[in-house]
This record gives sequence, C-alpha cells and structure tokens, in this order.
Amino acid sequence: MTTVESDTGWSGPSPKLWSMRRTEVLLLGALLLVVVLAATANGGPVAMGVGAGVAVVLTAVAGNFVRNRFRGWGYLEREEDLLVRRGVMIRRLSVVPYGRMQFVEVTAGVVERLFGISTVRLHTAAARSDARIPGLEPDEAARLRDRLAALGEAKAAGL
Amino acid sequence: MTTSVAATTPAWERLHPLSPVVRGGRAVIVLLFAIVAATGGGSQNGARTRLPIDGALIAFALVAGLVHWLVTKWSFDGVTLRIETGLLRRDARQVPVARVQAVDVVEPLLARWFGLAELQITVAGAGKNARLSYLGRDRALQVRNALLAAHHGQHPATPEPVEVAGLAVPTDRLVGSVLLSLPALVFVLLVVGVVVVALSAPHGLGGAIGVLVAYMFSTGALVWRRFNVLYGFTVGYAADGIRIRRGLLGNVAETVPYRRVQAVRQIEPLMWRPFGWCRLEVDLAGMPGRDRGQGSGRVRKTLLPVGDRATAAAIRGAVVAEPGCEPTPPPARARLKAPLSFHFLRAGHDEHVAVAVTGRFRRRTCWVPLDKVQSVRRVQGPLQRRLRLATVHVDVPGRDVEAAFRDRDEQEAASLVDEIADRSRTARSRVGPEPRPPAAGAPAPATTSPTASSGPTAPGATSPPAGWYADPSGRHRHRYWSGSAWTEHVHDEGPTTAVDPL
Repeated sequence: MTTVESDTGWSGPSPKLWSMRRTEVLLLGALLLVVVLAATANGGPVAMGVGAGVAVVLTAVAGNFVRNRFRGWGYLEREEDLLVRRGVMIRRLSVVPYGRMQFVEVTAGVVERLFGISTVRLHTAAARSDARIPGLEPDEAARLRDRLAALGEAKAAGL
Repeated sequence: MTTSVAATTPAWERLHPLSPVVRGGRAVIVLLFAIVAATGGGSQNGARTRLPIDGALIAFALVAGLVHWLVTKWSFDGVTLRIETGLLRRDARQVPVARVQAVDVVEPLLARWFGLAELQITVAGAGKNARLSYLGRDRALQVRNALLAAHHGQHPATPEPVEVAGLAVPTDRLVGSVLLSLPALVFVLLVVGVVVVALSAPHGLGGAIGVLVAYMFSTGALVWRRFNVLYGFTVGYAADGIRIRRGLLGNVAETVPYRRVQAVRQIEPLMWRPFGWCRLEVDLAGMPGRDRGQGSGRVRKTLLPVGDRATAAAIRGAVVAEPGCEPTPPPARARLKAPLSFHFLRAGHDEHVAVAVTGRFRRRTCWVPLDKVQSVRRVQGPLQRRLRLATVHVDVPGRDVEAAFRDRDEQEAASLVDEIADRSRTARSRVGPEPRPPAAGAPAPATTSPTASSGPTAPGATSPPAGWYADPSGRHRHRYWSGSAWTEHVHDEGPTTAVDPL
C-alpha cells in the first residue's frame, strides 16, 4: 500500500480551476489599478506611474501565490481511505477512511459553473475532517461522488 | 412500550397528565413573584392594573402546556422510539435505539415536587436531544432501562442491571473547586470593586455601581449554577453504562453506554494545581459537521467535576483503555514554535488508543479510542516547516474534538499519519477490548476463570454483553460476566463487591 508520503498516483484539480483563479486575480488587479490611478490622478504622472507599478507587482505576487496554491491541491484514492492535500504556506493533509463518510456533496457556485467545474466535499461526523477537492471536471466529480458513495456504503462503520 | 419486541404495533402513550402544570409552572412562578413584588412594593394602583395582564399570561402559559400535552404522544416498540408533537406544525421524530448515545433522566425542582421527570435522549446525528417531558418518575426510569437494554441488543424488558457505586464527590471539595474558578475570581473582584466604589464615592458614580452590581449578579449566578448543577455528584457503574447523578435543586441522572464514548479529556486548571485536582469530560457523538450552529455537534458530559489524579484514572479506566506506552514530548526545537505550551506537550498511542497532552496554563490530556477516529490530518505551518515539525490531528465526531499531536518531528508525523490511519482501521474492524466497569474496592475484574465456560445462564441472547447478572452458582445475588466468561467478582446487597471464585 502507498504511504501518505508517496508522490505517485496523486490527481489534481482541472486546469480550469487555474483559469478561474487567474481570471479572478486579473479582474481584482484591474480593479486595483483603476482605483490607484483614480487616487493618484492629482499627483501627476510620476505618482500615477509608481501607483500603477505597485498595483501590477501586487497582482503578479497574488497570481504567483494562487498558482502555487492551485498546484498544491491533490487527492489520492487508496484502498481504504481518501487522501487530500492542499496549501502552500500551511500544508495540510487529510486522511479520511471511506467507512467514516456521512455523505458526499458536490457543489458548483456561479463562477465555478461559468468555468465548468465543481467542488466535491466529504463529510464525516467530525466537523474538522476537512476533505474538500475543488476544481473538478463535472465527469470526474460525478465519478468521484459515485465511487465515494459506493465505498462509503460498503465499508460503513457505526459511530 | 410493551413487553413484546418489534413486530406488534405499540400503543401510543401520552405524557403524564400533570406535565402541563410543570411546563407552565416556571412562567407561573415568575409571574407570581412579579405580582407579589408589585403588591408588596406598596403601589396599589400598579398592582391593580397589572393583575389582569399577569392573570392572562398565567392562563396562556397553562393553556399552552395543556395543548402541548394534548398533541403529544409517544411509543416505543423495542427498536424505535417515536415521538409526535406539535399543534400547527406536526413534528414526528423517530429514534432508532442503535443511534442512542446517552439517556438522561432530568428532574427540575418543580417536576420533583410532582414526582415527574423528563427523559432526554442524546441521538447520533441529531442536533437536539429527543425529549419526553414529563413522565412519571418510575415510568421514566422504566423507559430508560428499556432503551438502554434494546441499545445493547437485549430484550427491552430485561430487568435493570445492578449498579456498583463508584465514587461521590465530597461537597467541600466541590465548593473549593467552584471557588477556585475564573467566574468566582471575577465575582470576588467585582464585589471588592463595588465596595471600593461605594466607600470612595458614596454619592457620585451611581451609574458605575449599577453596572458593577449587574455584572456581580450575573457572574454570581454563573458560580451558583455550577455548584447547583454539580452538587452531590456520584458515579456508578452498571452493565448498560456509566451512571452519573448530580444536582442540588433539580436532579439529573445520566447514563452513558461505555462504547459510546468518543473521547475523554482530563483538564487540570492552573488554580487547581496546588491541590493536584483535575476534571474529566467525555464527548459523545452529536451532530455531524454540516451544522455550524452554536453548541451543535458536540455533546459533552462531565464525568468528574473535581478529583485527584488517581480517582480520575479509576473512572477513566471504565470508558477508555490506558495506552501501553508512555506519551513522549516533541523534539526540543519545538520550544521555539510553542514556547508557552512546550512544557506540557506529550503524545503517544498504541493499537487501541491515542493520547495527547496540550495546553498553555491548564494541562489538557485527551484520550481517543482509535476505533472512533473519523479522520487523521497533518498540518504544517511555515514556522514548523523551517523547524522540521508538523502537527497531527486525530479527529473524532463533533466540533473541535480531537487529540492533537502537536509539533512532532516531521518524519515522525509522516509515519504517524499512516500508522494511526492504519491502526484505527484495524481497531474498527476488531473493536478493541471492552472497557470494564471497575468494581468498588476491588481490582478491575479480570477473566480469571476461563474454565467456567459452561455458557451463560444470563438473560438475553447466547452471548450477552459484559455486566452483572444473576449468579449461576446461586451463592450470591449477582456475578460479573466479562462478555465471554464468569469472573470471581460477586455482588450482594449494598454498594460493595466481593471476590468468590466459581
């Protein structure tokens, strides 16, 4: 059996998630740029240039962070449990046995639907279990949901 | 409830006819006080105008109680407890016995006067307790026993198992523990504050005094409540669960089946440290994580309000096994990450249970049976990464219920995740050794007579759960059945047990 440290077999979210996050960052960056330019309009071209530069750099840093975060996501279906890892600054790894699943939830917000992705979330009796996989293609989300539900039923354990 | 199991449709029962009086009673008492205060206050006019309004409110409270009584019915068929209530919005609730986590018999002061009691049933996956308020006291106890017997797979009509007295918390120690708590400290400070302000400025500062007095009363009420709720705390052990009784004005009798305990916590507050006192709490399965409402998802019960460590260890032994290894501290470099709590940090596990010690000022030790583990998480923050540390959380049902292996070595944390996930899986499939009710004054009952395998003559099915049953040798009233064999522990009248091998 693979251990939680092994790097093989991990799946990640769809590149569409990266597209979505990138769009979000770019939109926010554009908004920031407009606000900064409006605020520095009285200070002459130098102030405007500095302000615009700062806005662009901030956007680039945020974009880089978001990309790393996107790459940080991963999940691995093992024989008895599901592994989910995420995070850049704070790295998290959850191990959720299939038998502990109370229910599986597939959600897709307005923006997510626009980009054609959805989020699969596993619920156990513990509120802190924290097993969420965002940015899945609808087919993969449905497959994962059905598989998790079937495994959960097969291996169900009482409280 | 009838004595036949499942198949027949049970008869619906009503609550006790006096329950509207008790339900409305609280409102009536408050209003009566208001009337007395108004008339006694001398303002005859005010009383005269108030009286009809208060009368109407009292009548309303009583009528509401009566309507609730009229529309509420319940039944128990040995498998499911059904409760139907509600006048406009019908609320039909079904509680399968398998999901029962604890059964409490609660007697508020007013209910006690009328010989009534409320039955509160903690149900897995439900935010609210199922309640039957009120039943006659004897009927409530009867239903409790039936529910617990059915929960353990026995016939609902199985007679109530014998209870062995565990311990009683002495009142003076309880008073001491309540006084050495934060609310009590704040209360004393407020009293001092009121006196100082009143003496230094007898005429001015009326507003400040008013605020201080208001705070004084609310914290005082908190302190009183703690004392009132925990007064006369006793723990007993029966085959169907650990029994807790407590309460000064109102009585509460709680029963928690041994296997339903999800986690045990021992807390040693700073102010109790000179006396070596600690407190024990158990967590039961409540609502799953979806509901984020206040207080949901966690059912916490006090197992010991105050006691020394030896007492706590004895009680703990009934619900969770002690790990086979000594918990170890994290590496010394963790001191940089957790300077305030480093001195407490310990963690360890064996095949059955994980234990973790955390806390800055109060030491919190948490035991988690591995067959109850819901998920295992490893978390590593930026500082931890630099120090090559990581924290492993072992989650059990509820919100914020976990054993946290804080700031362990990175490598150790990685293998811990695998190991605990693995061992919790085996523990689930095997379901570890049944924790046994310790007999008072005797060592924990051990299966010392494997030869007496002639099979149980105890009530119920072929292999009844561990507990006290009628002594097959006939020499004593009861003998302890370990789940697979009779032990040498016997019990007659009274709170003590004796040893008499078969």
